[in-house]
Amino acid sequence: MIRGLQLSLNKTQKLRLESALEQLESLSSKTNTNASVAVADTIPVNYEDGVLKGHGTSEMEGQVVATVCGVVERVNKLVYVRALRARYKPEVGDIIVGRVIEVAPKRWRLEINFSQDAVLMLSSMNLPDGIQRRRTATDELNMRTIFEENDVVCAEVRGFQHDGSLHLQARSQKYGKLDRGQLLRISPYLVKRRKQHFHHLDQYGVDLILGCNGFIWVGEHVEAKDDMVVDQTNKSEQQNANSGGSVGSDDQEQSHTSLEIRQNICRIANAVRVLSALGFMVTVEVITEIVDLSSSLNLDIHEMLGAEFYVVVAEREAERRRSSTKKR
Amino acid sequence: MEYVNPEGLRLDGRRPLEMRQLRAEIGVVSRADGSAVFEMGNTKVIAAVYGPREVQNKSQQINDQAVVRCEYSMANFSTGDRMRKPKHDRRSTEISLVIRQTMEACILTHLMPRSQIDIFVQVLQADGGTRSACINAATLALADAGIPMRDLVTSCAAGYLNSTPLLDLNYVEDSAGGPDVTVGILPKLDKVTLLQMDAKLPMDTFETVMQLAIEGCKAVANYIRELLLENTKQLEFRRGV
Repeated sequence: MIRGLQLSLNKTQKLRLESALEQLESLSSKTNTNASVAVADTIPVNYEDGVLKGHGTSEMEGQVVATVCGVVERVNKLVYVRALRARYKPEVGDIIVGRVIEVAPKRWRLEINFSQDAVLMLSSMNLPDGIQRRRTATDELNMRTIFEENDVVCAEVRGFQHDGSLHLQARSQKYGKLDRGQLLRISPYLVKRRKQHFHHLDQYGVDLILGCNGFIWVGEHVEAKDDMVVDQTNKSEQQNANSGGSVGSDDQEQSHTSLEIRQNICRIANAVRVLSALGFMVTVEVITEIVDLSSSLNLDIHEMLGAEFYVVVAEREAERRRSSTKKR
Repeated sequence: MEYVNPEGLRLDGRRPLEMRQLRAEIGVVSRADGSAVFEMGNTKVIAAVYGPREVQNKSQQINDQAVVRCEYSMANFSTGDRMRKPKHDRRSTEISLVIRQTMEACILTHLMPRSQIDIFVQVLQADGGTRSACINAATLALADAGIPMRDLVTSCAAGYLNSTPLLDLNYVEDSAGGPDVTVGILPKLDKVTLLQMDAKLPMDTFETVMQLAIEGCKAVANYIRELLLENTKQLEFRRGV
C-alpha cells in the first residue's frame, strides 16, 4: 500500500493506520478540490482569459494536457502541474546537500539528485584561510584537502551556466563539508522551501539541514565560525592554526562524538525515515515532535522503525492537522 | 487443437474478446526513481526507472535531449522449465530495442538535455504477452518517476486461432503458431507506436484483429490512468500543506 514500507501490521494496527489515513484524506479534500491529474489528462482552462502553459503541460489539439502526474496549480494566467515524485528541480538560492563524486580541474562534481551532476567551482567557494584572492595552481593541487570524493557537502544553487550545467557556490562559513552525522535521501517534494534550512536543535546538540533536493543531513552540532565580525588578521591566524596540521591534533580532539549525541542523531534520522516512508511533509517542527513522541513512549531507537510506531505517527499527524485546521 | 470450444470459451475459460485480469502496483523498488509491477493474468513483470541522471558514458551524451536506455531480462524462474539462458540473447536484445523505441517516442526527451533515463524490465512470470506487459509496466514506472511524457503508452496483443480473433493470448495460445499481433498505442492521441506480427494474415482479418488489440490497449489505458490518478491523490493528501 505504501511505497518502500514492508511492515507486518497486525489486524488492529492495519485498521488504525487506515483510519488515520482516511482522516488525512478527508481533511485535505476540504482544502483541495480534485486538482490531481495523471499523464495525458486534459486540464480544464478558461480560454477567454488567455492561458500561459507552465511546466508539466503541453498543448494538444487546442487543449492543455498534463505531461506528468501531479497537482494543477494556477497563478493568474499561468497553468502548471506540480509533479510530486520527481527528481529535484533546482532554483537559484536553494540550499542543497550533495555528495562529491569527482574532483576535476578547478571544480568538484556533486551528485544532488538532479538530472545532471552539479558543479562547484573552486573559485565560487571561500577558502579555509578566508582571504579573497585569485586561486593559484597550488590551491588547485590542494583541492582534495578541502573536499574529497564521497564527502558530503552543503552548498547553495548559484544558477545555470550558458552550457546548461548547474553551478553551486559555498561562500559562507555555514556551507562546506559535513561530517560526523548521517545523510538521508528522501523525495524532494517532501521538503518545503523555507527561509531557514539550517536548524540547530539545541536540546539534542544536533544540526539538521533540510536540503531542498531531498538530502537531509543530521549531524553533531558544529559551532558556526562567523567571520563577519572577527578581525581579518585574527581570523586568518586562527584558521591557520586550524588548518596548519590539516588532519592534525585539532581534528583528532574533535573526532569523538559522545554516545548521547550519536543516539540523538539516530533518533532524529529515524524520525525522518518514518515521516518520509509515510509520505508526510518533513519539517523541523514535525521532526522534533516525532522525536519527543518516541522518547515519551520510551521507545528504543530501533523500535522507531517498527510497525507500531508508524501507526502512532500517522495517528499523531492526523491529530495535528485536524487541530491546525480547527484553529483557522 | 481446439482453442475455442463450441460453447465459445477459450482454454482458460475466457471468451474470445475477453482480457485477462489486470493488476498493477506502483512504487515497488524503493531505491529507483520510479517503479511498478504489472500483471496480466499470470504474466507478471517488474519495471524500474532510474533518471533522468548524469550520462554514464560521455560519448553517448546528446546535447539537446535525453538518452533513453532499456534493458529487458527474463528471470530464470519465469518459465515452466527452468532454463539457464545466456544473459543477452537475441530475443531479449530485440525486446529491449522495441521497448526503448516505444518509450522514447512518448518521453519528452528535449526537456532533459544531457541526461540519461534507464528503464529496466524483468519478467517474473511468463504466460504470453510479456512484450505488452513490459511496455505497460515501463509506462507506469516512467509516470511514477515524474518523467514528462506526451501520452501514456499502452500495449496489448491479439491473435487469430480457429478462425476467431482472440484478445490477449496466453502462453498456450501463443505457442500455437498462429498470428500474434502486438499493438502499442498512445490512447489520447489515438496513434499507433508499435505494431508487430510474426505470421501472415489476410488484410481484412488483420484489420479486425488489430482493432481488437487496440480496444484492449484502451482498456489497459483506462486502468493505468485510474491507478496513476489514485496514486497521485494519495501522495498529495499525505503530504498535506
